[in-house]
Amino acid sequence: MHPIEILTANLPALLDGLWMTIKLTGLGAIAAGLCAPWLALARANGPRWAQWGLRGYISFIRGTPILAQLFLVFYGSGQFRPFLTDIGLWSFFRDPFNCALLVFAVNSCAYQTEILRGAISAVPRGQIEGAHALGLKRWQVLRFITFPNAYRMAWPALGNEVILLMKASALASIVTVFELMGRTRQIFSRSFDLSVYLWAAVFYLALTAGFVFLWRLAERRLSHHLRQGDAP
Amino acid sequence: MTDLFAWGDAGWGDEILFGALTTIRLALVSLPVGLAIGLTVAALSMAQSRVARAIATGYTTLMRGLPEILTLFIVYNGVGMLINVVSGWIAPDARPPELSPFIAGVAALAMVFGAFSAEVIRGAFTALDKGQTEAARAFGMRPVQILFLVQLPQVWRLALPGLGNLWINMLKDTALVSVIALDELMRATKVAIGVTKQPFTFYLIACLIYWGLSVASEVGLARMERRANRYVVKR
Repeated sequence: MHPIEILTANLPALLDGLWMTIKLTGLGAIAAGLCAPWLALARANGPRWAQWGLRGYISFIRGTPILAQLFLVFYGSGQFRPFLTDIGLWSFFRDPFNCALLVFAVNSCAYQTEILRGAISAVPRGQIEGAHALGLKRWQVLRFITFPNAYRMAWPALGNEVILLMKASALASIVTVFELMGRTRQIFSRSFDLSVYLWAAVFYLALTAGFVFLWRLAERRLSHHLRQGDAP
Repeated sequence: MTDLFAWGDAGWGDEILFGALTTIRLALVSLPVGLAIGLTVAALSMAQSRVARAIATGYTTLMRGLPEILTLFIVYNGVGMLINVVSGWIAPDARPPELSPFIAGVAALAMVFGAFSAEVIRGAFTALDKGQTEAARAFGMRPVQILFLVQLPQVWRLALPGLGNLWINMLKDTALVSVIALDELMRATKVAIGVTKQPFTFYLIACLIYWGLSVASEVGLARMERRANRYVVKR
């Protein structure tokens, strides 16, 4: 079949998969983004035991394939089925989407924590001391000094991490989540037409390009006050 | 617990170890191929010709933007079909040779490694001190001599941290090749689980083995970096 026909014939399925990819990536990144700043604070300035625990967590996540992490949660949870049923969590772990989302969130959280830790420790000490001298409370220092500075520095790296997560979300297809890669494999197994893989590639590249554009837009907003020559 | 991982027919220790060895072999074979691609693409990206630069940019953008598993499937299925077509032309009656998962895995991993390492290598080249190249030319060194005696030793030093990260990423990406039925660590683990019905235990062991390989790589790379920087004056 002509590549265009392959696309038009399967467009609804592919778009459905694309939406699933966006959902997996977006929800995973947001869930990770909610935990990461607090873990990064603990990793940068927390008590010794918290720092060691977080180091172990980050090292494990970074040192193992995300596919292995996914299998550990999705298939591994089956080993504790009676226990998980008892505490009412089995229905959660039975669903591959939930497992994939959990793994992506925990995985991305480790990377985001490491990125933010670097940024938090790079916030100039003078600014924090100045804020204390002005009588700002601890949470105010975090809210107005530490986090705005840290996020501005970490923003490009965080964007890269979201793109990596988006690419990793293709692995969910292996535990039967029908996101873009899953739909693509399904269509290929019926048609044996290679062009569907090339269309998937186009979709992924478009997704990355769109995301990079939005992320840059947000970056401009975050550092608006730092640009020279702009009218106030 | 210990008899689960016993040697021989009783346990799964040897199967999993052989799987881990295949994982290491896959990564070690992909490394030089990927580095060769990386050097070639880096050279293209620094070439005079605009076409060469466009090819390099296109390749790195494409390979870095696609999920590794998609690259693997395109290589495995695409090259497989190509082999069928070509062997159909040459010898229509013979059975076409099959593309081994190992070779498909090496090809895909090396293509991805090549794209990322090209960027690292290009970055290292641009970080070199221009004055050294000019001085070498003033001494009358030929371009090949400049490349091998002045530039490459320093590129190695500057690119090593980036390449080290890529090596660890590739080591982890070998797990994907289990999906096209190569008997590496992930697949050996899966086979063991099919019999023992203990998925958590075995996948945890697999994770720990990958973790061990990553940590060992980090330690080794830190040593190599220290060695590569031994003549660098600290300022």
